[in-house]
Amino acid sequence: MDKENIQEFIAKRVAQELHDGDVVNLGIGLPTLVANYVPHDKAVMFQSENGFVGLGPTPTEEQFDPYITNAGGKPVTIKKGGIFFDSATSFGIIRGGHVDLTVLGALQVDAKGNIANYMIPGKMVPGMGGAMDLISGAKKVIVAMEHTAKGSMKILKECSLPLTAANEVNLIVTEMGVIEVTEKGLVLVEINPEFSVEQVQDLTEPELIVSEDLKPMEVE
Amino acid sequence: MNKLISIEEAIDKIKDGDVLMIGGFLSVGAPLTLIDKLVEKGTKNLTLICNDSGFVDSGVGKLVVNKQFSKVIASHIGTNKETGRQMMAGETEVILTPQGTLAEQVRCACYGLGGFLTRTGVGTAVQEGKDVIEVDGVKYLLEKPLHADFALIFAQKADKYGNLVYHGAAQNFNSVMAGAATTTIVEVLEYSEEALNPDVAETPGVFVDYIVKRGA
Repeated sequence: MDKENIQEFIAKRVAQELHDGDVVNLGIGLPTLVANYVPHDKAVMFQSENGFVGLGPTPTEEQFDPYITNAGGKPVTIKKGGIFFDSATSFGIIRGGHVDLTVLGALQVDAKGNIANYMIPGKMVPGMGGAMDLISGAKKVIVAMEHTAKGSMKILKECSLPLTAANEVNLIVTEMGVIEVTEKGLVLVEINPEFSVEQVQDLTEPELIVSEDLKPMEVE
Repeated sequence: MNKLISIEEAIDKIKDGDVLMIGGFLSVGAPLTLIDKLVEKGTKNLTLICNDSGFVDSGVGKLVVNKQFSKVIASHIGTNKETGRQMMAGETEVILTPQGTLAEQVRCACYGLGGFLTRTGVGTAVQEGKDVIEVDGVKYLLEKPLHADFALIFAQKADKYGNLVYHGAAQNFNSVMAGAATTTIVEVLEYSEEALNPDVAETPGVFVDYIVKRGA
């Protein structure tokens, strides 16, 4: 798979985690693609932390409104049933556990469910934006990312970069498989049939617990 | 009392060393005319409290480029390289704060609260130097209110009483900052001598000291 196919594959698999009626916040980059694969029989409301639920697709020329933008500042639309609010309300929704699911990328994630995705000291210090609140506040946290960064491992025994949140990640979805974060450690629950368990383990630092019920990772 | 003043009168109130809250999210819903006039005036040694530091050529980013801040408190500075450069060079103190925590710190200042407890940041660098308080077995950080001399905000429309309505995602930090500083100045697209419908006005005029019209 090339990069584009990998991202699409991961996004499609994450979309299977959506439930009817969920309020969902998608991080920038790969997680944004998940919105393209919402199952037709499921009504999902996307939250935009700059202040609304009901985030819709990019506007047509006619729909364009400079004051309707996503958390990346890009023009978007608001769907029927959506509502605007201020940042305190927006983060009340996030912190209060009213967001069912958040999907984010990561620089590193570890066996304890720690995640690092907001800075590389001395190199990249953009700030955490809303990521810390989202990861701490959402009911379920999915990390959607490529399994390695140009071959170097991203799923580690312990994150070496500054943490965005501690012990909050529930599920890791990569092009190689689906991994659940449990108290016993990382459990491989699904595997992409293109890879063997050994290949996944070779690119994952902590020892994986292979589920007795290991399933093939499939998308439509 | 007449709350409507000129942009110049508004900007003349701000002195060197003041702490400013400025509304907007990546410049969307920022009080752009007030910012431009403040750049022109060149008031120095200011502290910024804002969601982000905008872009080099728009919003609060222009004030960063003009080196008018000695301190920046924001959740994100990644869209304005100059903020990062000033931070690395030790020219400007930058405090990065989680977005929800920042919003709530501002809200606390408006609402007369001594702070709040949040799980956000527990076990991260954000925890450093803060009290960790355990309530019913859950660890929280004590986050304190952020006070300011001025809140410069933006709204779609004001009536002469200072009641405000917003449009779209432009509300963001604006209505949170209204009333959170000693003096609140709102820049609006529309001003009405007629009172807004009290059922739909979003920010009570009691939080708003002065009104300026965009471009006026």
